[in-house]
Amino acid sequence: MTFLNYLLSGISLGSIYAIIALGYTMVYGIAKMLNFAHGDVIMVGSYICFFAVSRFALPPVVGVLAAMAVCTVLGILVERLAYKPLRAAPSLAVLITAIGVSYFLQNGAQLLWTPNPKVFPSVVGNGRLALFGGQLTVSYVTLVTIASCVVIMIALTLFTGHTKMGKAMRACSEDKGAAQLMGINVNSTISVTFAIGSGLAAVAGVLLCSAYPNLVPTTGSMPGIKAFTAAVFGGIGSIPGAMLGGILLGVIEIFAKAYISTQLSDAVVFAVLIIVLLVKPAGLLGKKISEKV
Amino acid sequence: MLTVNDIHVYYGNIHALKGVSFQVNEGEIVALIGANGAGKSTTLKTISGMMHPRSGKITFLDEDITHTDAYKLPAKGLAQVPEGRRIFLQMTVMENLEMGAYIHKGKVPAEDFENVFSHFPRLKERRSQIAGTLSGGEQQMLAMGRALMSHPKLLMLDEPSMGLAPILVEEIFSIIQEFHAAGATILLVEQNAEMALQVADRAYVLESGSIALSGTGTELAQSDEIKKAYLGG
Repeated sequence: MTFLNYLLSGISLGSIYAIIALGYTMVYGIAKMLNFAHGDVIMVGSYICFFAVSRFALPPVVGVLAAMAVCTVLGILVERLAYKPLRAAPSLAVLITAIGVSYFLQNGAQLLWTPNPKVFPSVVGNGRLALFGGQLTVSYVTLVTIASCVVIMIALTLFTGHTKMGKAMRACSEDKGAAQLMGINVNSTISVTFAIGSGLAAVAGVLLCSAYPNLVPTTGSMPGIKAFTAAVFGGIGSIPGAMLGGILLGVIEIFAKAYISTQLSDAVVFAVLIIVLLVKPAGLLGKKISEKV
Repeated sequence: MLTVNDIHVYYGNIHALKGVSFQVNEGEIVALIGANGAGKSTTLKTISGMMHPRSGKITFLDEDITHTDAYKLPAKGLAQVPEGRRIFLQMTVMENLEMGAYIHKGKVPAEDFENVFSHFPRLKERRSQIAGTLSGGEQQMLAMGRALMSHPKLLMLDEPSMGLAPILVEEIFSIIQEFHAAGATILLVEQNAEMALQVADRAYVLESGSIALSGTGTELAQSDEIKKAYLGG
């Protein structure tokens, strides 16, 4: 039963990584850039939810929605102000800018909200579900996290496969020039992608802080890096890849913590990543870039 | 319908188009021919808004489109089949056609797909296939079908024969003539001067960034200069 318990915690942590990784992978797919500020959007979302619920005593649902709204706007603003002017610039310039935005958000948060840790309120509820006559207990946070991840995955698959905007997004990620010739406004499509990725980051932030309720301005950076790793692990640019990579990474991390060593768990995670990339450089579900004939 | 007036286009410091002027009237097939690097594709890219001229003017249906963004032009009735086809390889044939109809608000009418399939029956057979698995000829047909989906008033084709076997080139050109017979206005850019001049009402010859010659398709096909330079005789 302890094994099952570890597995569930792993899937739950992995679900959070997966939701963050979706933001990385969608933005990479369309803008061909690594948005290293993505992890810090999670942190902003968590703070918004924290203030809404703890200070203004709003219902948790409203807190989550407020966090999503603020992060969506933040994502669009960051793209417009920091990345859009660099659309024709070398990718290294964009990468450095993204790191700059990341520090800007972290330091901005320190200035606004002080570096003192905040105790995140329980948005989901502290209850636990007892299964198998109490041998296996699962917290509501775990269940809600896994359920959110499944819902988001289904929603995104339907969105990219069946809506006009979703298809336009795929068209842009394949060939922006050809997409423009179809009448697709590439800039607004990129904005929508940032908006969706950032909205998801807010959800991930709330789930993350519900499971690990210690909120500081650097809360987002480690999960951000892990989720980036998950996106690469699964094959960057691929939505199912981000999901698979995220969940595997979470499970490997928890198992390494449980059965190997708590201190070494991150080393084990990255060792697995290196091995996978040596064998499959495009990631688990990554596509080799198809040659244009 | 389309008037290009003295456009100058640069790639950085390279003066690629040095005052190109020509026009396309409604219902015509106009061919732009010339050697590799003469500026044919640059001319098309400038019309479709992918590049902008430093000076000169482009008018389409009495509207100045010189500096209009590329994505706004399909709604005005301009469609381009780009060089190298550039279909969406990871999307299905149907999805590619849907993207062609992107400017259409609401559900794309079934007749629009049927119209494309009537010109290209093979696309109908392969409708749910991923476009990347199509043969080169089929990809060209898909690129042309995709452009038709927007009901263009002017269809611009950039090197439709490139990389295709001679029998497929014949097929593509007979479809171009089909479009023409149905009343379409076409601007055709081709390196294959022989085929282009056969179907064109009028043609312009581009040489290192400017128009060197112009005339009806038949006139140019018989001109000694053209024969020597482009038709291998």
